[in-house]
Formats: sequence, C-alpha cells, structure tokens
Amino acid sequence: AENEQVSPLQNLDVGRSCILVSIAGKNVMLDCGMHMGYNDDRRFPDFSYITQNGRLTDFLDCVIISHFHLDHCGALPYFSEMVGYDGPIYMTHPTKAICPILLEDYRKITVDKKGETNFFTSQMIKDCMKKVVAVHLHQTVQVSDHFCIGDYNMTPDRHLGAAWIDKCRPDLLITESTYATTIRDSKRCRERDFLKKVHETVERGGKVLIPVFALGRAQELCILLETFWERMNLKAPIYFSTGLTEKANHYYKLFITWTNQKIRKTFVQRNMFEFKHIKAFDRAFADNPGPMVVFATPGMLHAGQSLQIFRKWAGNEKNMVIMPGYCVQGTVGHKILSGQRKLEMEGRQILEVKMQVEYMSFSAHADAKGIMQLIRQAEPRNVLLVHGEAKKMEFLKQKIEQEFHVSCYMPANGETTTIFTNPSIPVDISLGLLKRETAIGLLPDVKKPKLMHGTLIMKDNSFRLVSPEQALKELGLAEHQLRFTCRVHIQDPRKEHETVLRVYNHLKGVLKDYSVQHLPDGSITVESILIQATAHSEDQGTKVLLVSWTYQDEELGSYLTSLLKKGLPQSTS
Amino acid sequence: MAAHLKKRVYEEFTKVVQQQHEDLSAKKLRLTKPSKSAALHVDLCKATSPADALQYLLQFARKPVEVESVEGVVRILLEHYYKENDASVRLKIASLLGLLSKTAGFSPDCIVDDAINTLQNEKSHQVLAQLLDTLLVIGTKLTENPSVRMRLVEVACKHLTDSSHGVRNKCLQLIGCLGPVEKGVAKEAESQAAKDVQKIIGDHFNDQDPRVRTAAIKAMLQLHERGLKLQQAIYGQACKLLADDYEQVRSAAVQLIWVLSQLYPESIVPIPSSNEEIRLVDDAFGKICHMVSDGSWVVRVQAAKLLGSMQQVSSHFLEQTLDKKLMSDLRRKRTAHERAKELYSSGEFSSGRKWGDDAPKEEIDTGAVNLIESGACGAFVHGLEDEMYEVRIAAVEALCMLAQSSPSFAEKCLDFLVDMFNDEIEEVRLQSIHTMRKISNNITLREDQLDTVLAVLEDSSRDIREALHELLCCTNVSTKEGIHLALVELLKNLTKYPTDRESIWKCLKFLGSRHPTLVLPLVPELLSTHPFFDTPEPDMDDPAYIAVLVLIFNAAKSCPTMPALFSDHTFRHYAYLRDSLSHLVPPLRLPGRKLVSSPVSPSITPHEDPSQQFLHQSLERVYNLQHLDPQGIQELLEFTIRDLQRLGELQSELAGMADFTATYLQCQLLLIKALQEKLWNMAAPLYLKQNALASAAAKQILEETYKMEFMYSGVESKQVVIIHHMRLQAKALQLIVTARTARGVEPLFGMCEKFLQEVDSFQRCFISELPRMQGSFVDKLLDLMPRLVTSKPSEVVKILQTTLRQSTFLHLPLPERLYRASANIIEPTGESDNPLRFTSGLVVALDVDATLEHVQDPQGTVKVQVLYPDGQAQLIHPKPADFRNPGPGRHRLITQVYLSHTAWTEPCQIEVRLLLAYNSNRSKATAKVPKSTWNESVEALPQPENGIEGTIPFSKPVKVYIMPKPARR
Repeated sequence: AENEQVSPLQNLDVGRSCILVSIAGKNVMLDCGMHMGYNDDRRFPDFSYITQNGRLTDFLDCVIISHFHLDHCGALPYFSEMVGYDGPIYMTHPTKAICPILLEDYRKITVDKKGETNFFTSQMIKDCMKKVVAVHLHQTVQVSDHFCIGDYNMTPDRHLGAAWIDKCRPDLLITESTYATTIRDSKRCRERDFLKKVHETVERGGKVLIPVFALGRAQELCILLETFWERMNLKAPIYFSTGLTEKANHYYKLFITWTNQKIRKTFVQRNMFEFKHIKAFDRAFADNPGPMVVFATPGMLHAGQSLQIFRKWAGNEKNMVIMPGYCVQGTVGHKILSGQRKLEMEGRQILEVKMQVEYMSFSAHADAKGIMQLIRQAEPRNVLLVHGEAKKMEFLKQKIEQEFHVSCYMPANGETTTIFTNPSIPVDISLGLLKRETAIGLLPDVKKPKLMHGTLIMKDNSFRLVSPEQALKELGLAEHQLRFTCRVHIQDPRKEHETVLRVYNHLKGVLKDYSVQHLPDGSITVESILIQATAHSEDQGTKVLLVSWTYQDEELGSYLTSLLKKGLPQSTS
Repeated sequence: MAAHLKKRVYEEFTKVVQQQHEDLSAKKLRLTKPSKSAALHVDLCKATSPADALQYLLQFARKPVEVESVEGVVRILLEHYYKENDASVRLKIASLLGLLSKTAGFSPDCIVDDAINTLQNEKSHQVLAQLLDTLLVIGTKLTENPSVRMRLVEVACKHLTDSSHGVRNKCLQLIGCLGPVEKGVAKEAESQAAKDVQKIIGDHFNDQDPRVRTAAIKAMLQLHERGLKLQQAIYGQACKLLADDYEQVRSAAVQLIWVLSQLYPESIVPIPSSNEEIRLVDDAFGKICHMVSDGSWVVRVQAAKLLGSMQQVSSHFLEQTLDKKLMSDLRRKRTAHERAKELYSSGEFSSGRKWGDDAPKEEIDTGAVNLIESGACGAFVHGLEDEMYEVRIAAVEALCMLAQSSPSFAEKCLDFLVDMFNDEIEEVRLQSIHTMRKISNNITLREDQLDTVLAVLEDSSRDIREALHELLCCTNVSTKEGIHLALVELLKNLTKYPTDRESIWKCLKFLGSRHPTLVLPLVPELLSTHPFFDTPEPDMDDPAYIAVLVLIFNAAKSCPTMPALFSDHTFRHYAYLRDSLSHLVPPLRLPGRKLVSSPVSPSITPHEDPSQQFLHQSLERVYNLQHLDPQGIQELLEFTIRDLQRLGELQSELAGMADFTATYLQCQLLLIKALQEKLWNMAAPLYLKQNALASAAAKQILEETYKMEFMYSGVESKQVVIIHHMRLQAKALQLIVTARTARGVEPLFGMCEKFLQEVDSFQRCFISELPRMQGSFVDKLLDLMPRLVTSKPSEVVKILQTTLRQSTFLHLPLPERLYRASANIIEPTGESDNPLRFTSGLVVALDVDATLEHVQDPQGTVKVQVLYPDGQAQLIHPKPADFRNPGPGRHRLITQVYLSHTAWTEPCQIEVRLLLAYNSNRSKATAKVPKSTWNESVEALPQPENGIEGTIPFSKPVKVYIMPKPARR
C-alpha cells in the first residue's frame, strides 16, 4: 500500500487556500491563495513549511489552481517569483485568462493605493503566468503515475455551469467546506427577490446602486439583470462602472463552452456577455435624472467609485443600495447593513442615509447538500475537508462518515494526514494469452476473480503479462523442464508386467476422465505422467513404481502418488 | 328485388377493378423475375475480390426486389455466404437477408431454416450479431408462428454465452421481442431450454458489459410491453442496477423499476437495515426520486418524467418530495416560502427587505439532520432547481400530473410552481404556467403567490402573457386585495402591450364571474364613484375602462346588489357594451329596466334552454314543408334560415348548430329554386337564364356541402351521409344542366358514367345508413339503378330530373355538439396607413397572428393565402411549429409570411386570409369518430372520383398596405 500525505498550509478560515499533497513520492500543491483580511506576512501561506529552506522547484512537482478567486490564486506571483518556483502550474483556460487581471488589480490596490512595498510587480505577474499550463475541463494530465487533474470548481453560478463529476472513485476527494453547516434555499427565490426589488425601485423612478467586486458575482448579477430587462422589456439604463470588468467580460465571451446551459443556449442568437442593456459608466451619469441601475466597485463601499455614488444618492429615499455579499466589519457597507442611518464621513461630515438598504446573499460556495452530492457522485474512498471552520467541519465530517461510510479527515494548518491507498497497477496482457485463458472455463464473471497462467515481465517501468513461451523467447532463455519423480513401493509377488497390468486396470477404473494408456514398452501413461514398474533389487516381492511428472502436472502427479501409495486393491480377479 | 339488384351492381363493379389489377401486376412480374436473381448471381460469380463483391452487393441493395423474386435472391445470397471467406462480405449478405425478409408481402417461412443454419459455423462476432438481427426481422414477421419463434429463441439462448457484447446484445433483443409471452405456450415448451425467458434475461443483468446489461433491461421491458407479467423477484435486481456506473443502464433500470411499481403497487418490500416494510410503489417512488439527483442528466430527465405517472404512491411520500430543510450554522432556517406564508397568515404583507429577515431560528439536533436522504425527500426541490432545463421541464410535468390526482399535493406544490414562473428559460416558464392552469381547480392562490404570478405579466413574450391570462381565467383568488392586485397588474399589462386587449378583457370576464363577492366591495373604488359628488364620466373608448367594466358587469351577473352602486353613465355604458362586446358582457337584470335580451332566468337548466328549443322547433317546422305549395316552401325556408342565422349571432354556444342547419336549409332552398317546374317547362330560348341560375345553384350547393363537411367539428357520420346526399343531388343537377346545354352525346356519356360511379360509391360508403333514407333521392335512384346502367344518357338525365323533383327532403339529425371552425386574424390589424416598404424582388416578412377555433389538425389544414392586387394569389403552408395549442379546441397561429412582388408605383393593399384546406379523400376518415365500416370502404374507393382538394376561406380577409420599391441601381 502506498500512502498519500496531505498537509494543508492554510485552510482554517475563509481566506487562503493552499494544500500540499504527496502521492507516491510526488508532491503536488493545490491552490495558492492569499488572505484578503491581512496586510502583513500572514496574508500569504507559509511556504517555508514545505521545504525548510530548500528550493521549492526541487520539492514540488506541480501546482494546481482550481479557480481564479484571489483566495485560491492570490499568492501565486509571490510564490513563483519571490519565493521561487519554476515547475509547472496547471489551471483551466478561463482561469488562466482572468487570473492575471485580478492579480494586477489586487497589486494596484495594494501598491498604488496603499503604497506598500515589498510586493510583487506587474512583471512578476507576467513571468508567473508564463509558467502556467492551461488545461481543458475534464482533461486528464498525467503528472505522475496515478494522479489526475480535473476541474474541481463546485460553483453553480449563473455564468458558469454547476459542477458534476464522473464516478471516478478517487482515493481522496478534497473539498472546501465553508458552508458545511448550511443548507441554502432555492437560488430562484433569492434571484426573484433581488429582481423584484430592483424593478420596484426603477419603476418608482429611483436609482439602484449595487456595489460589487469586479469579477464572478458581478457577471452573474449582470446577466441576471440583462436577462430580466430583456424579458420584461424595461428601458431604464444599467451602468457598469469599471473598465476592468470589460476586460474580464471580454474573456468570458471567449469561454462560452464553459458556461451554463442558458448562456450556451442563447449563444446561437447572441453572446450573453455582450450586454445589450448594460453600458459603461461615466462619473457624470450619477447626476442624471431618472431611474438607473449602477454596478460599482468595490463591493464593501469602503472606497472608490461605489462610495462616491453612494454619497450622492444616499439622501433620497427613493433610491436603493443592494449589498450582494458579505461586508467586513468597519466598512461603510457593514455599517449601513447593521442599520446605521447616520454615517460619519471623513472631514467630520455627517451623511444621513435615507435610501433603502438591502442585503442579498449570492454566495457561490457549495452548501452542505452540494458537498454531499459531490461525494455521492464521485464515490471517493476518503474525503478531506479544507477551507472551513473547525466546528462546522466536525459536523460535516460526522455526516459524511455516517452516510457514506468513508473516512473523512480535517487536518489543521500544517498538520499532515496520511491516507493509505490500494493503488491499482495496470498490467498489459497479450491478446493471445487473454483469449487462450478465457477460452478455458466459463465466461468471465464480474464477481469472481479468475485465475490465469502467464509470465509477468517487469521491464522499463512497465508490466506485461505474456505467455511463458513468449517470455522465454523475449528473454532469450532456453526452456527447462522440471520433473518430479517419486518411487512407490508395492507389495506384489507377481511378475512385473502383471503388476503393471494390475496398476493399469486400477488406474483405469479410478481415473475415468483421463486417458490412461498402457504402452508397449511396459510403462503406463496417465496424460503426460509416466509410470514404470521394476522389481526391487533385494526383495522380488516388492515392486517399485516410478512415477514421473512435469511441474505443470503437479496436481495430478501428487494425486496419483497418493493413490498408488494406498496400494492396489486386494481383489485379484 | 331492389336489394338484390343493388348487390349485383356492387359485385360487378368491384370485380372489374380487381381483374385489371391482377393483370397489370402479373405482367410486370414476368418481366422482372428472371433478370433479378440471375444478374446478382452472375455479378457475384464475377467478383474477384471481396471488395468487388461488396460493391455488387451495395449496388444491389439500392434497388428494391419484387416479392416473388425474394426467395430466389435469398438462395443465391446464402450460396455465396457459405463460399465467402471475407467477413465483411458475409456481414453485408447477412444484413441483406434481413432487408429482404422485410419485403412487404413476403413470408420468410421458407428461409428460417437456412438462416438458422448460417449461424452454426460462423466465427466472426460481427457477422453473428448481424445474422441474429436478421433472425429478429424474420421472427417479427412470423409472430403468428409459435414454433418458429421458439426455435429462434432457443438459438438466441445458445449464443448468449458468446464472448462478444454485440452478439449477446442481439440475443437479448431477440429474446425480448420473440420470447413466449402467453402462459399456454410456456407450458407446452417447458421441456425446452427457453422455458423461462425472464430468468435468462435476468441473469444478464449482471453481465460484465454495460451495453449487454442495458440490452437485458430493455429486453425485459420489451417483454412487458408485449404483455408478459414480469415477476416481482426482478425488483431487487433492478434496484441494484440503479447504482450502476453507466448512465444507459441506470436510465433503463429506472424504467424497469417504474414498470414493476405499476405491476405490484401493493406488495410489501422490506426496508434494508431495518425491520420495517413498505409498499412496493412507495419504495420504488423513493428510489426513482433518488435518481432525480443522479449525475447524468439523461437519467434525471427519465426519473423526473416517470415520477409523474406514479399516482398510487401514498400521500405521505408524495409530500416529502417537496420537503427541504434549510439550516445555517446548524440552526434551523425557514425557507422563503415558509416566511411568506407566515407573514401572510399573521396579516402582515411581506416587506422582504430586512437584513436578517431570514435569520436562523432554533438550534437543530445534529443527529437528526439527514443531508442526503435516501427516500423521496426533496426530489422535486432538486428537480426544479436542476441545472438543465430539460430536467426542470420534466419535473414540472410530473408535478402537474401528480397534483391533478391529489388536491392536497396541489396545494403544497403551489409555492414551487409559482417559483418556476421566473425560470430563466422561457419554455420552462410556459410549461409551469400551463401546469398551474391544469391544476387550478384544486388550488387557491395566496396573495404573495398571486403577486409573483402577476409580476410575470410584464414578460415580453406574448406566449407567456397569454398563457398567464388563460391561467388567471380559471384561478381562484382568496381576497379582494388579490382581485384588486390582479386588475391593477392587468391594466399595467394593457398599457404596456395594447395588443393584449382582447385576451385581458376575456381574462377579466372570468375573473369577475368567478369572484362576484370579492369584486363587490371594490366597485365604488373601481368606478371611482363618490357618495356626494358626481365624478366625471370616463372615456368610453378607453380599453382600460372597458376592462374594469367587463370585470364589474360579469361579477354583477350573480350579485344582484351590485347594480345599485352604479352611477347613471355606467348603465349607459352597459347598454353600449352589451351590444358592442356581447361576448364579454353578460345580460344583467338591472333595476327599472327591461332585460335587453330575451328573458333568461337563471333557474332554467340548459336542457330546456329556450334557444335550443327554438332551434329544434324551427327545424321541425321545416320538415313538414313537403305539404306546402312551392311558394310557401320557399318562404318558410327563407324565414327559418334568417331566424337561425340571427340565433347563431345571439347565442354563441349554439352558433355552430344554427349555422350548420342554416347552411343545410340554404342548400335545400337553392335546390328547390333551381328545380322550379315553371322554369323548366319554359321554351328553349329562355333556357339560358334558367341554366345560369341552376348551374350557379349547383355550384354553390357543392361549395356549401364541403363547408358543412369540413368546417364543423363534431360532425358525425349521420350528418356526413346527409351532406354527401346533398352533394349528390347537386351533382345530378349539374348533370341535368349540362345535358341541356351541351351539344353532342360524347361528353354527356362520360359524365353519366361518372355520376353513376359516384352513386355507387355513395351506396357502398353509407350502406348502413340507407334504410334511414326512405324516399330520398338516392333511395329512388338505387331502385332505378339497373335501368340507369343500361339506358342512354338522355334517358338517364330525364330520370334524374324527375327523381330529383320527386324526392323528399331529408331530415337532418343534429349531433350533441357542433362547432364551426373559425379564425380571426389579430395581426396584421389592417388599420395601418403606413405601407410596408421593401425593395422589389426581395422579400419582406409579414407577421401573422391568428386565433383558430375548433379546427381539427390545424397543422395539416390551415393555410395562409395572400392575394395581390393583380389577382396573383399565393398559398403559404405554415410550419407545424407555428401552431400553438393554448386550450382545448383552440389554436393559435403565429407565423411569418414572406411577401414579394415586382415594383409598384403606388402603395397598394394586399389581402391576407386563412384557408381551410380539405381533401375529400381524407375527409372524415382521419378526423373524429367516423364509422369503421365507412372508414374502411373509403380506401377501397376507385381513385378518380376522389381526391378533390379544395380550400374554404374561413377568416375575414385583412388588408395590408405594401409598397415594393424599385431597386436602386
């Protein structure tokens, strides 16, 4: 048995994701995420854990990135350029396309806005992306002997198809578990609520502000609104505030086949990402009269354009702001969501919030049911939970063990879990041998193992099962015959040939299914087993039977000897 | 005597036809028979390589082979089969054998043995599989012969041990199709190997190859379809197959489980890992529900579809399918549905805008939560939220079927169905609206649900909106706020999409008449009346105001206190609308006013409906007209026709009946007028006028009879015979007229012949109806038939003339229900003054939108006709997909018509109309309830007389202004 070792570097809270897996001597790193909440060294995983000051490239065989969210790929340039890694990095095509945009954006905010130093540069991002190998959905890459990569994105988004995986029965399934203790309500209800709110406000003549982060959910909401506008034949303008997203949309357009059914279906008529109703936002539009919907970054209303627009619109009760996601404590978003109506802005200004404040949860993470469904489909032998809180994971672990009867692990940061696996070893069998062996006996049955005779050749790291003759030929060896000989003493006073005749008759009587022959030279053959009788040199009353058989006939040979040892039947007739 | 003669005529006639037929075919055969097989033989002998032989065979397969030469060809093929070494050629021969045995009229008895023998020494698996396929074809042609079937099944059983999946596949297929189904046969053959096909097939449920497993399940299903009762023991096996790795297997297994659950719904099966037992149908339901969250969408669709037809399942299980427990951080959370319901029942309408509105409540016991339920739990919740819309549609359909049979389930599934109204795919939305309509008898919408439903009214798709109007027509609303909400939303819809006018009015009509008590308190507000002040009189032409009035008047019909709330102008408006939109505004008993229409008191049951009585009375009256003088007859008919037509206008439900009778009487009137003795006895110079009149009459009668036959749905054979009889009379009339005008005997001869043929076919078609036609034209004619056949045309004409005049008027029995097909073109409206401009020589697409009522098989019969001002007419066959079926008896045609013309100098109008195409050949044979005898005889009719194709315009023409501009150079 081999063992898989899994040690998450960072996973205990929603933030960074980085897992180290060693299988059969190969080391693979899954994800290379960063934590958005920290601004110091804690934001990146502790890579020194991996090698203890050795070179990363020597130690890691490859890195696999699951999707483009920063908490899964944010530390990549740091890891590859600053710490130093030159091996392959695998990610899907859309991830490869969108990841650098996000990284660049992230870099800009950190370095240009906050003025941090010692951070990765644009050039580093570019260099890092050069090391990336893009793969297709469901494509299998042979990293080492028994490790496959598929896309394991479990995000049933509006713009991306939900994850379904094959019944591949892996040894280990690693899944996130952020929402381990949550079962969510239907997506349709949430969407309907969202649309209804937007629609009502627009009908009233109010303005709707939706603060979003640039990617992912923003596209989902855009498509949602775009479709709704189309469906309901609405005319109010929708604006999207950032040039960044346009770039991202551009990439989305290219990856239609990766998206969900609705988008693929409409693609015949038009590209869903080529928005008909959604236009680019200009700063001046915020003062335009009449209803409008604006998507603006950033998502938590803590700075930038969304905050500017918010300040302009907050005073009118006809307007509305919809927070589509979680807001960190201390941000304006969090304050207004918790019901604060008077905000203190910089310069001791007091901003009175009269506009309506709404909260819509559109989280993309899989809920407990989703995770369970995934496990049911894949039928793994072991499950490893990462990316979640210990208490919640404990609950899910218990459920998984109870309902699927598979072992489930939830290692802490830096903890190593060892999983024993029974690797299946593929062996090539020659067709001739297979046909010959299946021709003997019954049809193969799924449930019963079948015994085969052949020679296993292990050469050049491959296994082959061939017939003995071929093996001999290939190895250039002469065939040796192994014969067993055995002497059996029988008390029989008669002449030799009479004894032989008696033995012959006896055997003929007992072994009805075998061909027993009495040869003219006085020996008996049973199949290929030779029996000869000679008189004992000292005692003529004792006859010595010489039984000789080849190695292949061992079974019959030993049976015959034991039969003859019992002696001949007494009846001499 | 008469009967005997009739019989003779019939016999002679058919004999002639058959002989001709035989002659022809025999001649043809002699020519082709030797060449076919001989040529093949020569070709195959010539072939030097397998590739050559294959080429010859391929060429040969392209041409059909006559029935008589099949056997010869088969022999030659078999001969070559044994000689051939190449597997691919043998494969082709094997497939050709199968093709040949399919030849219509050929009985493959004679080649069964040979075909089976070929299997014996065959080594190639592919050829074996093909041969078995051929045997299957032979077997299916010889289903009547049990011994052959048994032999084939035995052969198949023998080859079940083959190592190739293809061969095993075919064997199972063969066993499935030919295995003994009847009990008797099974007993008889008990000694033989193939005694228990079910067991044999069942053994292959565990085959190593998934394709064979699938074939085994399919074979089992095939046996079931053929009537064999499957054993319950298979159930366990089938359940195991649900966990198979391959989707085809799982999909087939789901079907098998469903079949078994229908066969043994009440048997008891144990629940594994517990001591409990449940009904098989419940268990199967649970298992299929589980498959709704399968990994493959094909299986999911299959499972979701089948759920709908499992109506025996206990309600306890059924209701679990809608169960979904939410939680957040291990605390129980209420679903949006539950919250909405609670808010509603607490009397507060959902604000839905609080953060934490959905805050989780009580802690839940971690042990009690079951994340993946093995049973029915949440199956529909999953199905309706599936990623693939095919699954969602299937789930909605299943939901509909289950809800129709269980009112309590209908109530429960409402929330989910309402959610589906906002699906991202239009088809799903439409399907769920239709579903809701179908179950609307069992449900009452809550206000919050109604709110969601009404929000869809703004949808830009016309189909969706109209489906929704349709739904609102039959929805029960619980509160007056609900009605108000519905009205407001409908009016909003009206302003946004003015073309929906008719549909919205109709919707409000039903909404009003269903909820009179809920409308009552709203009346002052809706009419904006004020207790002290007079309010301005609203604009009578405002569609929104009309909509409100339609709602109120329909509610007032069963709410006598309501008119007291009306102001003066409302009464005036009522009178106006009652007249202009009589189909939307019911008669009301208004205080101080006489009822506008005839006094219909609501206590009268429809049985003794006076208008129905009137209809019958007037018909009765007409049937006695034999005893009147010609002048009186004509007058009576004219009056009756006028009465009936008016009745049809007033009473929409009797319109079909009244029109039908009126048309019939009209025909009779025309006939009588044309036959007036005075005119016929006139001097020769005056013939001209008479001829013109009579031939015009004959032509019109013919047209009318076609209308009667093809435009009404619900016409039974009793009526058809009368219609045909009338047509026969018209044809006789035509013949007489021609005889008088035509010069020379030659053309007349042919016409007589044809007419007599028609009489004969009439007789054969309606032989069972003849006794009821005593004294009619046909009856008399048939009596005279021997004389007619032998006499000269001029005599025939003379006989016809007298018979026609002497024959009695036939009583037209009315069917239960009779509807006239009608069409109304909604778009183009014909009101536009802006011509549709396009470059000549290119095409312009004109959107046509029409409603069709009571049209059977519109896909085949309805055509669009475009008439250009130059007299050029264009007939367009709309695509079958352009027809939608919004309700029983109603269709909707939304299509595009492509127009093109050469350049004009001025814009001009073209006419667009709908036509109903008919084919007297097809006539009612394909339509409803024709008598079987009649049906059969239609096919035996001689060809020339039939196949009259024509069209009946059945919609008002609409004028469209177009302007083809000359192309710019």
